[in-house]
Amino acid sequence: MPDPTITRYLTVPGWVGLWVLAVLAIGLFVRRVYQLVRVLLRGRGETRWDRVPRRLVTTVKNVFFQRRLVEEPLIGVAHLAIFWAFVFFATSFWWNLARGLFPFLPVPYSDDLPWMAYPMEILGALALVGIVVAAVRRYVFTPQGLERTRDASIVLGLIALLLVTFLVSQVAKGANASGLYLSMWWAHMATVLSFLVYIPYSKHVHLLASPFGVFFTSFKPGAMPAESEGASRLEEFTWRELFNGLACAECGRCERACPAHAAGFALSPKELVHKVKEMVLGAVHAAAPVSGSATAVAAPGPNGNGKPFVGDVVRAEEIWACTTCLACMTRCPVFNEHVPLIVEMRRYLVSQGEMEKRLQDVLVNLGRYGNSFGKSARTRASWTTGLDFPVRDARKEAVEYLWIVGDYASFDPRAQNVTRAAARVFQRAGLDFGILHEAEQNAGNDVRRIGEEGLFGVLRDKNLKTLAGVKFQKIVTTDPHTYHVVKHEYAGNGGGSPNGVEVLHFAELLDRLLASGRLKVTTPVGRTVTYHDPCYLGRYNGVYEPPRRTLAALGARVVEMPRTRDEAACCGAGGGRIWMEDVAGIRERPAETRVKEAAGVRDVAALVVSCPKDLVMFQDALKTTQLEGSLAVQDLAQLADAASATVRSDAHVDA
Amino acid sequence: MAGNIWVLAEHWRGRLSDVTLELLTLGRELSGALGTQLEAVLLGHGAKGLAAGLAADGVLSVDHASLAEPNPEASCLALAALIEQRKPRAILVPLSNVAADLLGLLPSRLEIPLVNFCRDVHAVDGRLEARCVLYGGKLEVTVAVADGPAVIGVLPGSRPASAAPASAPPVTDVPVELPGDLRVRFEQYIDPEPGDVDVTQQDVLVSVGRGIQTQDNITLAQELAEALGGAVSASRPVIDQGWLPLTRQVGKSGATVKPKLYLAAGISGAPEHVEGMKGAALIIAVNTDPQAPIFAVAHYGYAGDVLEFLPALTAAVKARKA
Amino acid sequence: MNILVLMKMVPDIVEELEIAPDGKSLDVEAVRPIVSERDDHALEQALLLKEKYGGTVTVLAIESRDVDEVLFTALAKGADRAIKVAAGEAILTAAEAAALLARVLPAVPNLMPVQLLVTGCQAIDDLDGVVAPALAERLKLPYLGIVTGVEVEADGSRATVFKEYAGGTRGRYGVCLPAVLGVQAAPKPPRYVPVAKVRATMKSRTIESVEAPAKEEASLLEIVAMTKPEAAGRAEMLEGSPEEVASKVAEILSSRGLA
Repeated sequence: MPDPTITRYLTVPGWVGLWVLAVLAIGLFVRRVYQLVRVLLRGRGETRWDRVPRRLVTTVKNVFFQRRLVEEPLIGVAHLAIFWAFVFFATSFWWNLARGLFPFLPVPYSDDLPWMAYPMEILGALALVGIVVAAVRRYVFTPQGLERTRDASIVLGLIALLLVTFLVSQVAKGANASGLYLSMWWAHMATVLSFLVYIPYSKHVHLLASPFGVFFTSFKPGAMPAESEGASRLEEFTWRELFNGLACAECGRCERACPAHAAGFALSPKELVHKVKEMVLGAVHAAAPVSGSATAVAAPGPNGNGKPFVGDVVRAEEIWACTTCLACMTRCPVFNEHVPLIVEMRRYLVSQGEMEKRLQDVLVNLGRYGNSFGKSARTRASWTTGLDFPVRDARKEAVEYLWIVGDYASFDPRAQNVTRAAARVFQRAGLDFGILHEAEQNAGNDVRRIGEEGLFGVLRDKNLKTLAGVKFQKIVTTDPHTYHVVKHEYAGNGGGSPNGVEVLHFAELLDRLLASGRLKVTTPVGRTVTYHDPCYLGRYNGVYEPPRRTLAALGARVVEMPRTRDEAACCGAGGGRIWMEDVAGIRERPAETRVKEAAGVRDVAALVVSCPKDLVMFQDALKTTQLEGSLAVQDLAQLADAASATVRSDAHVDA
Repeated sequence: MAGNIWVLAEHWRGRLSDVTLELLTLGRELSGALGTQLEAVLLGHGAKGLAAGLAADGVLSVDHASLAEPNPEASCLALAALIEQRKPRAILVPLSNVAADLLGLLPSRLEIPLVNFCRDVHAVDGRLEARCVLYGGKLEVTVAVADGPAVIGVLPGSRPASAAPASAPPVTDVPVELPGDLRVRFEQYIDPEPGDVDVTQQDVLVSVGRGIQTQDNITLAQELAEALGGAVSASRPVIDQGWLPLTRQVGKSGATVKPKLYLAAGISGAPEHVEGMKGAALIIAVNTDPQAPIFAVAHYGYAGDVLEFLPALTAAVKARKA
Repeated sequence: MNILVLMKMVPDIVEELEIAPDGKSLDVEAVRPIVSERDDHALEQALLLKEKYGGTVTVLAIESRDVDEVLFTALAKGADRAIKVAAGEAILTAAEAAALLARVLPAVPNLMPVQLLVTGCQAIDDLDGVVAPALAERLKLPYLGIVTGVEVEADGSRATVFKEYAGGTRGRYGVCLPAVLGVQAAPKPPRYVPVAKVRATMKSRTIESVEAPAKEEASLLEIVAMTKPEAAGRAEMLEGSPEEVASKVAEILSSRGLA
């Protein structure tokens, strides 16, 4: 076969043309990338350079093995084929470009080597099939979260073209059709060079950005962004938060997983990240605002006329709709961080006092009474009066287990039944435990997720001050929100628990008590149940097996719902949503969807929860979906209490 | 006469208020115990006709154009002049929006004592003693009403309303000089838009919960509400089903209501609901579950089926009217 | 336009209230003070007026436990000046407070005259007087209470004030300024100010302190006893067939004038 760049075309050698094209394309490419990076650098700083070796491993696992993408098998495999084809084709492209620009180099073209050509042909064909699958999926079936954008069709078209031109060129080689070969070679080169330029101007910038997104991942996906005053303009977000926009491939997995979106709230995590992308892309040409200008507004949004990002482009109702369940971030193949984005914007709204009245009242109550119910702190331990034994005051006596009870578990009448059941279980197992009585303040997890950092600090400091005077060895709680924040966000800057003590959720404790025989089962549950993984225990902390082992040990037959473990569908209470008014126009509340899912499990008698807010939300949902006769909602503690009751039957199974 | 008991005859937009009639009952008791007269003070413009409904020994009428609608400045000047002239022992003033400003201005104007938030007043050995509600009802105080003239602010519900007297009481027209350039001037009333029923403005609410079972059964509640001159409201589950509009919801996420009668029909009494209706003057609850939390906040309860009770009560109410 | 907002602390009724050993007064040690709810609305009304018409908002309160945080919060919300009146240890009744304020206000440097004085139209401890109208009388200013909206004329000489009546009806009044207004509710609920901002305000701003002249008049109030109200128990349960109970209920309603 003739050498495409040495061959002369109308007396001009090919490499001249190639140089012209290459300089143009690469120049445009570099310039655009530089512009994008400059916009990112206008954001605030953030440290993501620590633990480089671990970052490299994460990148290899997730980028090269596309772990999260294959969760949706059909498109996942198709994309895997396209990706690996891309790896080879990209290698081949740079190789051939170098060889073409510098024809004197003593190396063959990549596709002249069998160990490159064969993989490229096979992968190319597979990738072409993948492209067809992707196109049909997008344009014929159009799943939720996918759009038929012009961008998408151009990308699909260009990829298809570069694959086809390569494959035909290989065929031409085989058939010795040099004219065809040359034209296909140049067509391929031109296509790839155009694609190179197109990438940083299109949504396909994710090709470049996403490996870096994975590299710069947060190793604590549930963690809150570093202290800030909130973000309403480009410059107030960190570069990593802005980067989300560029890394996003608009695959829609986050939107499909979002319980708020499914319910009909205004929020779409995908749209949110898309708006960030538009803001970044739009800022490429807009000048940076003069620092300190009071009315400086974000770079032009989609309308390009300088509207404020928060409040206008992104509306407050979208920002408040989030339950912080983390489903979006758990599914995102490029490791985007939607929740920190939302929290930053919430911090801004809070700083402006822009929140609904009911939420304001709750925050005032939290600050004043240390609980969201607006009840006197002195009544915090009134749930104990239903017990026939006193609960020790950890402020006065040393205890082994300090039980931080939590607001809902202390004050909500339905949850109080569960709290009493837990207390009986502790007592029966002979545990040395105590509570803080009226000194306990709300642990602050949801206050933080609302964006009231100042109030969170006040609550945490009050709790830490109380803890400093208490002698205890471990902390236990029945509330996953309390569990998460005390375990990870209660110790200085590094994060962690107070003085590094062990923090256990009740499910983990039960697991140990049953396994060690310290708690004995006298009356096995003997029913079929299904278990709902609370967001802050499951996705946030990976505690999936202890509650299941517990249920098995208690003699329950556990059958999973369709969406289980890290796919569990949030009850809708998190992120402070339980403190907010219902929104008009909701199709079906997240809790209602979930209880219907639970009721669909064959022969199921009870939906088992391990979070007081889940209990309250699901019991309410049973009423509004009229499933009250068909399904019971019970907490793990209640099952354990009933199953371990002594012969004297001192267990009360409160409905 | 000096030492008389006065009642401020509050009226609004042509009607004597119910609390005025209650105060007349109270005032009659006090004047009787003290051996003095009961006089009603009627401030207004062209309102003398209302005197016929006042069960008092006499009516002191001040008629002035500036008193046509409630005007704190004018009322205070008029009433202060009256009190200075005639020195009553005490004047009972209703605690209401109409009289509230006057209640606050009068004592300072005349440097006389005020006892506020009274739910009861008694004469004890020739002295007046008031039982007052403080701190939103958390505590009560017994106050010895200092020598008069004294202003006593009385809450609605202290006594039953007095009936109109058989013959109209004698009316004394008292001329009062009011300045022409009052600094506070009434301009107009702005009435709310007529829309769907505003549950917060109803005196009687028949409120349905899940115990009503079906949307069709709500007509039973509707019939009772009509018979009682009220409206139908609901707790959350009923609203969520879409059986009634959101405007009818009572509770934490709905309206807070303080009607004279709240009939909770098939409502369990969850805290979020109770929060919105616990201020009702009379709460009657019907629920098949005798342990339902609603019974802790209700005044009267019936552990029965609403579907049977509602029509029975409607019939009983209509029978009384007939 | 210059607005003065008067704020006072009252016992927080979320907490239990205890009666002092003398049986006639409140055990003040057990009391947790909270700002009077209507005064919070008055502050919000003042801030809204400032946002609309410009001018300054001064907040003034008589010294008592926990009043500093209220004043700093008011500054954080947008008030320009906060003043505390030191009045000794005595707990003042509403009438005494009004009398004290009437004497103190003219003596505060660079304060009077203001165009508008706003405060809550009532508080839960107004036993012997109501501060807003009492103060208006003593200062010889016009007064209107149960206010739910205020608009001010361009030249600042008059205000259009909306007063709440029953059934959702409002009355529109013209009030000559300067005047005292007793606020029932601001057009918008009192704004939220984040904890961080209040903390920052505590560090960056100060509350002025003014000495009050000695108390002259004593309250005319004579409390004989202070008690807890009788416990309201559970409902009186009615027995019988639906018709029998309905009949009893109809009787109850009739006796209350409801049927």
